[in-house]
Amino acid sequence: MIVWQKIVFFILFTMLLSACNEPILNNPYPKGLDDQQSVLYSSFSERPKHLDPAKAYSSNEYAFIGQIYEPPFQYHFLKRPYELEPLTAKQMPQIRYFNALNQPLAETSTSDEVAYSDYIIEIKSGIQFQPHPALAINQQGQYLYHQLSAEQLESIQLLADFKQTGTRELTAADYVQQIKRLVHPEISSPIAELMKQYIVGLGDYAQTIKEKPRTALKDNDINGVEVLDKYRYKIRIKGKYPQFIFWLAMPFFAPMPWEADEFYSQKALIDKNITLDWQPLGTGPYMLDENNPNLRMVMLKNPNFHAEFYPSEGEPEDKMNGMLEDAGKRLPFIDKAIYLLEKETIPYWNKFLQGYYDGSGIASDSFDQAVQFTGEGDVALTASMQAQGIQLQMAVNSSTFYMGFNMLDSVIGGSSEPARKLRQAVAIAVDYEEYISIFNNGRGVAAQGLIPPGIFGYSADKEGINHYVYDWHNGHVQRKPVTAALTLMQEAGYANGIDPKTGESLVLYLDTAVSGPDDRARLNWYRKQFTKLGIQLVIRATDYNRFQQKMRDGNAQIFMWGWNADYPDPENFFFLLYGPNAKTVHGGENAGNYQNPEFDRLFKQMSYMNNGSERLTVIRQMQELIRYDAPWVFGLHPKSFSLYHSWYHNLKPNLMVNNELKYRRIDAQKREQLREQWNQPVLWPIGLIVLLMVVLIFPAVRSFQRRAKETIK
Amino acid sequence: MFNYILRRILYAFPLLLGVNILTFVLFFIVNSPDDMARMQLGQKHVTEQAIDNWKLQRGYQLPLLINQEVAGLEKIKQTIFYQKSLRLFVFDFGVSDSGRHIGADIQQRMWPSLAVALPSLLVGLFVNISVALMMVLFRQSYLEFSSIVLCIIIMSISSLFYIIGGQFIMGKLLMLVPISGYDTGINAFKFLILPVLIAVVSGVGAGARWYRTLFLEEIEQDYVRTARAKGLTETQVLFKHVLKNAMIPILTGVVVVLPLLFMGSLITESFFSIPGLGSYTIDAINSQDFAIVRAMVFLGSVLYIIGLLLTDISYTLVDPRVRLS
Repeated sequence: MIVWQKIVFFILFTMLLSACNEPILNNPYPKGLDDQQSVLYSSFSERPKHLDPAKAYSSNEYAFIGQIYEPPFQYHFLKRPYELEPLTAKQMPQIRYFNALNQPLAETSTSDEVAYSDYIIEIKSGIQFQPHPALAINQQGQYLYHQLSAEQLESIQLLADFKQTGTRELTAADYVQQIKRLVHPEISSPIAELMKQYIVGLGDYAQTIKEKPRTALKDNDINGVEVLDKYRYKIRIKGKYPQFIFWLAMPFFAPMPWEADEFYSQKALIDKNITLDWQPLGTGPYMLDENNPNLRMVMLKNPNFHAEFYPSEGEPEDKMNGMLEDAGKRLPFIDKAIYLLEKETIPYWNKFLQGYYDGSGIASDSFDQAVQFTGEGDVALTASMQAQGIQLQMAVNSSTFYMGFNMLDSVIGGSSEPARKLRQAVAIAVDYEEYISIFNNGRGVAAQGLIPPGIFGYSADKEGINHYVYDWHNGHVQRKPVTAALTLMQEAGYANGIDPKTGESLVLYLDTAVSGPDDRARLNWYRKQFTKLGIQLVIRATDYNRFQQKMRDGNAQIFMWGWNADYPDPENFFFLLYGPNAKTVHGGENAGNYQNPEFDRLFKQMSYMNNGSERLTVIRQMQELIRYDAPWVFGLHPKSFSLYHSWYHNLKPNLMVNNELKYRRIDAQKREQLREQWNQPVLWPIGLIVLLMVVLIFPAVRSFQRRAKETIK
Repeated sequence: MFNYILRRILYAFPLLLGVNILTFVLFFIVNSPDDMARMQLGQKHVTEQAIDNWKLQRGYQLPLLINQEVAGLEKIKQTIFYQKSLRLFVFDFGVSDSGRHIGADIQQRMWPSLAVALPSLLVGLFVNISVALMMVLFRQSYLEFSSIVLCIIIMSISSLFYIIGGQFIMGKLLMLVPISGYDTGINAFKFLILPVLIAVVSGVGAGARWYRTLFLEEIEQDYVRTARAKGLTETQVLFKHVLKNAMIPILTGVVVVLPLLFMGSLITESFFSIPGLGSYTIDAINSQDFAIVRAMVFLGSVLYIIGLLLTDISYTLVDPRVRLS
């Protein structure tokens, strides 16, 4: 058989093979990984900067440490509105109030009377830390790896290289140790300064340990934080601060054994990048088995995890939605969670569609492929998504994006009537419904005030609308027409947008941090909104550093910013407009430097109240004040759309919970079947290409051979 | 030759110092130590006290280039530049602003970069030379003309298109390879097929045309005419004589890029989720991590200088007429 015949035969054979059932070739995971265990496949686009619970403060960091560390309290997985419940604590804390003379006060005492609040927390007994070399001891009870010798260090490159691990019971002292860590200068916790304002003695403690190593933390005590016995500790805070309980549900207040600081303080380990910021040590349902955030991060079920069970009660519709099918079962369900680095959305999306990721967000590139709007304006999955059995989940985030006015500015700021009317006119003209439709693919809710849906005080009915910007029309909110804004402009002294001082269009300045060329369309849109009022908007785009500097110096006139809630309480939003938090004067989070004594008074009153009708009344008064003063154009509350495969269970949006992995369940068998069905390789085009190349080259080869054999005639 | 190499190494020091100063100045024109602290501490509840503490812990409380508060040599020594940048000359990259040892990170990340870059270079070289030889062998035929047109089309398309298109066709439509990902050891092979294939295909246009030009230049030389006159066939002339002589510019062109293979490729690594060095610098710039930026710029400069030196040396090895003095 001559060569070209062999080639054609090979191609035909390959094409024949493609008709048969081929093994999956595009599987990015090793074969058999899912055989014996339930594995979750997810991804991350940016490496978490910190895994030390005293430092971590971003959602991508909480995605990991939320599963590893356990603060004393957590949010109920199913109940709404968000409700705190004990996690490692035996019950909710006992809160005792004291006056300035340290005399006990009644529970009903007002904030003016209360000088100190004591939070007494009792934790459950028998909770064990995950297996970890920092806790490994020999038969004499001495720690094996707290003073590593050069010989021991030789064979150690990763934490997994330590041959021995150990564990011990969680105690109240571990929680106190973590509070101490918050103010150690080496750790630089983002909430250190905030907590010094509240926890009694924390500021003094920071001074005491300023020059000392982390290993000295356990030997120095904080005045206001006390270990009462093995399972109980007390935190004394200044005054009355009901929101403190929410902080106790965050990883900042998770326990840390002193052994961790002792172990990870060894320079030789730091030089090998083995640090607590990289290798956590917790009591949670999972432990970090592999941390290579340039490739993947792998969490394994913690073999020492204490008994915790899936909730058996929730909202009324939870049962109908199958959310209670696992009620009473021991957590967690997933054995291993693999998070892979995917920086780009396109490969991530395609791998999700192939079944190699269990869940996905929806990038703007793939929005139309995934979701469609029905005639009634509802959101539905496209036919191809439905055919794959993909589930769609939507949730409004506990965050708000706004356009702020610098209240120190002489044109648009201040409490004068013209300035206020100018701001109100702008608030009407900037059409955030259009913005959401154009730039967010409809993923957002136009804000009526400061509070997003899901937070106490939010109301979607007529009572809840910003009646300076919207009208209530046939049971729906409707933005006021631009004519209403033009009337306000006239009343403000800027008829048709003309500045009487110059006789030309009023010029306003929008300061913004530009992140890329995509922002151009967005900024042009803003210009267009101001043009409706005859105002010329000048964009002063800069990098984020300079933008922040301008904000600190009070040099911006109009700006855009956002806020993501720390905890589900209206106080965590209203404080963004609280006078003493003004950014320019006090360096706080009130970026527009809004000052209104009445608002400040109501803020303080509202902060100390429990949720109820009285608090709601105060909140409505506060909303009314800021809607009238219009220090912000209330922008939008973003809506997140998430997609999950049919084999992924126990999915309920909970934007406050960061330890949700323990509730999730995967049907690995179903996933395996569908992956195989969706990923059959197609081989025939390869054969076709080869055939084409042969057909193309063959005549040239023949011609060349003929030419080479030619002789001079 | 030894003296020449020594002299080139000595020349490298002021060059590297210049690069170091330039990087330093450019970085701190855009980012102040306060900005760096804010970036590391996050956006919420950041106070001046926290920023000062962060700077103090990492040595960013010092002046940038000259410390007016001290006397003598300390004016230079008690600065961020001296404390942070000069250690690089002994390849002590120090600790990143987020607390990671940079040397250990580089060591870990350079291998995946090399795993993609080296086969891409070798296979690409082989394919480019083969296609160029084919074009020369079949010159004046429809095969040469169509190859040139194809090369120009290939050159005209953005490399990003090849990546997205390659992932779509090979990974999504045909399902022959994983769309992205990486693994260690032998398991890395299946993840490398697609990036290497794309690197080779996207580079074949420019590469093959360049080598074709080299071969065509050689084929006009007198020694080729002599070889033909001796009665050698066209393939013998091409492979035994033309290829050998054209190897000098090919080899020197390859040697110069060899050290830089460790540095990886930003786009390829980003799209294929390859844990290499390609994105290390960009990520550091985005997170305002000066420690990594200065280390990577320094390393890049050193490798480039090594590449140039190797090129010079390789000239002497492949062309006996060249002498380094």
